[in-house]
Amino acid sequence: MKTARPSPSPPTSPSKDFVMTETPAGTRAAAPGSTAQGSAAQGSTAVADFGIDTAQRGVRQAIGDYFARLSGGQLGALPALGGLVVLFTVFTVLSPQFLTLGNIANLLTQGAGITVIGMGLVYVLLLGEIDLSAGTASGVTAAVWALHLKVDGNLLGGMGSWVFYLTLVAMALSAGMAVLTKLHVAAIPPVLALVLMLIGLPANPWLEMLLALCIGTAIGCLTGFLVAKVGIPSFVVTLALFLAWQGVVLLYIGEGGTLAVNDEVLFNVANGNLSPLGSWLLFVLAGAGYAAVVLGRHFGRLKRGLVVQPTALVGTKVGVIVVLGAVATYALNLNRSPNEAVVIQGVPYVVPIVLGLLVLGTFVLDRTRYGRHVYAVGGNAEAARRAGIDVTKVRMSVFVICSTVAAIGAIILSSKVGSVDPQAGGGNTLLFAVGAAVIGGTSLFGGKGRVRDAIVGGAVIATIENGLRLLGEPAAVVSIVTGLVLLLAASVDALSRRRSAAAGVR
Amino acid sequence: MSQPILELRGVNKSFGPVHVLHDVDFTVRPGEVTALVGDNGAGKSTLVKCIAGIHPTDSGELLFDGEPVTVGSPRDAAALGIEVVYQDLALCDNLDIVDNMFLGRERLRGLTLDDAGMEEAARKVLADLSVRTVKSVRTSVASLSGGQRQTVAIAKAVLWDSRVVLLDEPTAALGVAQTRQVLDLVRRLADNGLGVVLISHNMNDVFEVADTVAALYLGRMAAEVPTADTSRAQVVELITAGRSGDLGIPAPETATV
Repeated sequence: MKTARPSPSPPTSPSKDFVMTETPAGTRAAAPGSTAQGSAAQGSTAVADFGIDTAQRGVRQAIGDYFARLSGGQLGALPALGGLVVLFTVFTVLSPQFLTLGNIANLLTQGAGITVIGMGLVYVLLLGEIDLSAGTASGVTAAVWALHLKVDGNLLGGMGSWVFYLTLVAMALSAGMAVLTKLHVAAIPPVLALVLMLIGLPANPWLEMLLALCIGTAIGCLTGFLVAKVGIPSFVVTLALFLAWQGVVLLYIGEGGTLAVNDEVLFNVANGNLSPLGSWLLFVLAGAGYAAVVLGRHFGRLKRGLVVQPTALVGTKVGVIVVLGAVATYALNLNRSPNEAVVIQGVPYVVPIVLGLLVLGTFVLDRTRYGRHVYAVGGNAEAARRAGIDVTKVRMSVFVICSTVAAIGAIILSSKVGSVDPQAGGGNTLLFAVGAAVIGGTSLFGGKGRVRDAIVGGAVIATIENGLRLLGEPAAVVSIVTGLVLLLAASVDALSRRRSAAAGVR
Repeated sequence: MSQPILELRGVNKSFGPVHVLHDVDFTVRPGEVTALVGDNGAGKSTLVKCIAGIHPTDSGELLFDGEPVTVGSPRDAAALGIEVVYQDLALCDNLDIVDNMFLGRERLRGLTLDDAGMEEAARKVLADLSVRTVKSVRTSVASLSGGQRQTVAIAKAVLWDSRVVLLDEPTAALGVAQTRQVLDLVRRLADNGLGVVLISHNMNDVFEVADTVAALYLGRMAAEVPTADTSRAQVVELITAGRSGDLGIPAPETATV
């Protein structure tokens, strides 16, 4: 919008004597009276310019600011956490089995699969894109490794020759697409998958996991290339791939077939527990690491004179989380077996897996240049382009991350069930994973979200399903309630966006 | 007068059959604000984009600090210290001021972002520019007013030890008070020794901050004159007719078209 224009009709007089009521050039010096003072005393006023920025706030003020942000629409994960508390309270009151150690541990392993897929989806959602194929893509990865496990490495025999060769071609194509987009790192796993399939090493649980990750990356390269380089909307690409991958799973497993997870390590991923000692080691490692990172950053900023939360508040926060961790570890180390003959204790393996992914995912998003670029592209792709960011590459990379992480999710899901069937990754898997991210507070509009959102949201979804099933509600009720909760979360997102746009949060 | 920091000599640019810039000469001096005026389609934006390396020029010379240089891409321009603040602000709403100012050129400490260092640097630049309207450098850009956003965009351009800053209509969408802030800032940039090019349609703005006015008329540089030696009416004439008295492009009968 051009607010001011010179008069469209130029004066006909060419004379310089024609003087309108103009501002002579000389007056500009008088205009900003403060400027001269400002530049004279620049050094000393530098701090005063950002008075609020440098003054250390008290606890009361910091809490006040927090509530101001909340009322301004920056809710973060708070609605989901609140919902989780409500759900826990309701189910504890209604069902005597809900708040038992056995059920809580069960809840963790039930929710872990979709939570992990949701964590990968957060990256895609941050760009305002969607990956509808993450679920069935995870199914493809599961089918490949389960088949590899069953036929002891002889995938050529397991798949039949033309399916096998087509898969090899697909791997090579994926690697090529990654190179074309200059995302060279992503070209390595597809090539590795190609080599692993060709040399046909005998089945080994760790090899299967590696194969799953590599296939996941290859699928991500394909999706990302179509969206970022070719420029097809992600909704259409992933909708098409959602269907296609379902067919591929069927192709690998065969009509009506089921591939059992006959391997102790793979079976234990979702069903095993750390030993009590290992559980405590995990607690010490995670707790000390968390405290070191948070306090280290806090005192680092304090030393440089930058604005920080009050030390008391930060200390309390760290203390509360560490104590909660200790309580949880202690509780999970108690014997929760309903059967006298068997002892079930320790933190489930899925907890360190999810924690590890959380730390890695959050580190990448918050602390690396790449993560900053992901947020920038999600916020304003054109601005990112002008700032010299390779938007195509970033857009492709999030799909690669999503599919790779989905492969980990598939390992957990298949391990939990104990087999891979043609429905693997189909059905509600993807919808629950997207739901987990959105319920946790990740915006579908892009630019806003954190990896931990998927954990909070995944917990909400798992709790609804687990609690309603304990109450003996049919699947219909579970689906309806989950759907309504997702709707509620999306509304909260839309409304808080509107509110923060209107309020202009400080 | 000081030595020009940026000088264009006889620059031509065509888009297919459309000859947009005809033998344009243009000079930017450090410590001065040069206003670039002209009607819609006169070639102002094209000229800026040629300087910024977005469009390659067809012919003509670009001298930086007296040395002939070639600017083939925005990266070349940035390396020389030429920064452009575009009309539609290139800011990410979901990031805060510091993140936006360092976008694409984040400082690292090892593998991780040096957030504290960037925050200090951003605060220093804003303080040097006497920006007082922003409460915290960690404010999200979404919550800033139009003037504050423009301020951030300009400060971003200053952050990189830039020598020449090109501003494409920085006050076009702003209210009175915000225009005031931005014009003050433009003036301070020049006072800090930068060469500033201000594209504007607004004669008030031009006469308030500019030292020199360069008027483009249908792709030709009609005149580049000190603001003090000219009047608003003359500049308007230069914009609309290409000449004013003895200034500007010679009358059509003598001009070679």
